Amino acid sequence: MFYREAGEFKTSYVDDSQTFPIKFDRMRYYAVLVIGFGIIPFVINDYWANAVFVPFLIYAIAAIGLNILTGYCGQVSLGTGGFMAVGAYACYKLMTAFPGMPILVDVLLAGAVTAGVGVLFGLPSLRIKGFYLAVATLAAQFFLVWLFNKVPWFYNYSASGQITAPERTMFGIAVTGANTPAWAKYLFCAVVLFLLAWLARNLTRGTVGRKWMAIRDMDIAAEIIGVNPLTTKLSAFAVSSFFIGVAGALFFAVYLGAAEVGEAFGIQKSFLILFMVIIGGLGSLFGSFAGAAFLVLLPVLLKNVLVEGMGWPTDLAAHVELMIVGALIIVFLILEPHGLAQLWRVAKEKLRLWPFPH
Amino acid sequence: MPEQLLYAMEVSLNGLMAGIMYALVALGFVLIFKASGIFNYAQGVLALFAALTLVGLQQGQVPFAHVINAIFGTDLHHFGWQLPGLVAIALTALVMVGLAILIERLILKHLVNQAPIILFMATIGLAYFLEGLGDVMWGADIKKLDVGLPQGISEMIDTFTFNLFGYGFFIDRLDIVAAVVATALVAALTAFSQYTKYGRALRAVADDHQAALSVGISLRFVWVLVWSIAGFVALVAGIMWGSKSGVQFSLSLIALKALPVLMLGGFTSIPGAIVGGLIIGMGEKLFEFFAGPMIGGATENWFAYVLALVFLVFRPQGLFGERIIERV
Repeated sequence: MFYREAGEFKTSYVDDSQTFPIKFDRMRYYAVLVIGFGIIPFVINDYWANAVFVPFLIYAIAAIGLNILTGYCGQVSLGTGGFMAVGAYACYKLMTAFPGMPILVDVLLAGAVTAGVGVLFGLPSLRIKGFYLAVATLAAQFFLVWLFNKVPWFYNYSASGQITAPERTMFGIAVTGANTPAWAKYLFCAVVLFLLAWLARNLTRGTVGRKWMAIRDMDIAAEIIGVNPLTTKLSAFAVSSFFIGVAGALFFAVYLGAAEVGEAFGIQKSFLILFMVIIGGLGSLFGSFAGAAFLVLLPVLLKNVLVEGMGWPTDLAAHVELMIVGALIIVFLILEPHGLAQLWRVAKEKLRLWPFPH
Repeated sequence: MPEQLLYAMEVSLNGLMAGIMYALVALGFVLIFKASGIFNYAQGVLALFAALTLVGLQQGQVPFAHVINAIFGTDLHHFGWQLPGLVAIALTALVMVGLAILIERLILKHLVNQAPIILFMATIGLAYFLEGLGDVMWGADIKKLDVGLPQGISEMIDTFTFNLFGYGFFIDRLDIVAAVVATALVAALTAFSQYTKYGRALRAVADDHQAALSVGISLRFVWVLVWSIAGFVALVAGIMWGSKSGVQFSLSLIALKALPVLMLGGFTSIPGAIVGGLIIGMGEKLFEFFAGPMIGGATENWFAYVLALVFLVFRPQGLFGERIIERV
């Protein structure tokens, strides 16, 4: 009744090639924007910001980044944690070296640095494929974490080996540091996510995105019809790493405030983000959001139920949580290997016929 | 002989021994990848789980004691018996076979024909689950594993090399046992896959699933078989690593050590896993010995990966992997 193409008459090319051709989708998009930017910042408090919203926004950026590489271009990467660390440390060095620079510029430049590193580690992808490549990206993960641990220049020779975000403001309001109000953290991350998601959406439906998908579906065939594998694969690595670097910078500067590389950006982080992408759905931007939301909410929920609801000791609850997360991932893969995005697609197909399915 | 050279020789010998330990884990990966095309990330956690179960059975721990205590307010710890090492190992092997059957029933059966990455993610989920299960069942504290394997410095090699070079090499006796066991294991596996009926079935499935099905080989049985063997290999690896450094969470991280070995040796080659393990073990110990002090140490975490990466750029299928032929 609400979700259908019928009755929508496009009269110009601009109308015809818009991102959301169906009215219901457009309304949903605007509704999400209104809620995200118009309502949540006014009602958010510290708990919700730190436990749910800020991690969700940041992981969504990282998941979109990995989805570009793995879902759209078909190159499996397990180095996400390492690339996030690059973003975090680049952001830290920029923040401390140029105190006057706006924080948004710091974050974006950190992304650009990560893009460079990503291209470097993406070079082997021209020779190596499949699982060999996935394992090869682990080289990036371990090498980068080791590098940031061992070279004191990266953490400004601080005694603890940690990096701590200094206070930086935007329009006079603290965005990083200890005095940041919850809504400022939220809004800053939300704006960055909005800009990057918009960029990703338009990249993936344009020439670049189609080249990525051609390489994903069959790289030799793509090469024969004139897609250059070198530029295509490396551009996927660059864009993906840019997103992941920005996510790393935000994760450190806005969310954590202080970070130790092995703990914050270890291999567990790589797996977590890969899970988000897979559970959300490979090759779907909506999936990146859904997967991030699912895996941010699940531990919060389980913790509330097991520790506060049933009064179990925290260490036992942590182990049971691990079991439940593992089992849920398996169940999910069995029931819907194409992820939450596929459920959404099926729902939309149903909606088009509703309420007269025959 | 100059001292530096002697040290380097000792280091490379120790590296070879460590490499065999890596190869033990890599072997499990190769078996499963060959037979079902699944990249089994859970192999390291299988080793941890096997070692935990072994210690638990040997010392008569009550499984799930922590949960039972938390729910019913009881105070259970041990049944109060001690099993001899061999009995405990046999029981653990049975548990691993049961686990293989469960994995096939509950997971693999439902994921036939899915993309490799989905199967890979499923094994990561399995790894999480088993890690949690192991801790919930047997407790998360560090345990000592002792099934009567010899430990400590090998006096024989020490005196032999001392007489030869005037400097005694330090080689752990446990490492020597591990080397012998690994060699025996590889020989047994090779013989099994070459000369027995089930071994042939296994190779047939590895070659072509559908062709194997059409000549009447039960895929499901072969999968249970191969996961049981992988579970057994994991048990052996768990015993070796557990005796060496105690049974604890970090045991599961040996999977990460085995991955570069796999890349180097090729995912589908059993001899490749051994040779790759030796190269990686020796390479990383020598690199740490020569270059480690200059660039801050702890290079073992990444050197193996970078070595494998550089190697793969020149030979994308690994040392012994099947030649990659691509067609449109």
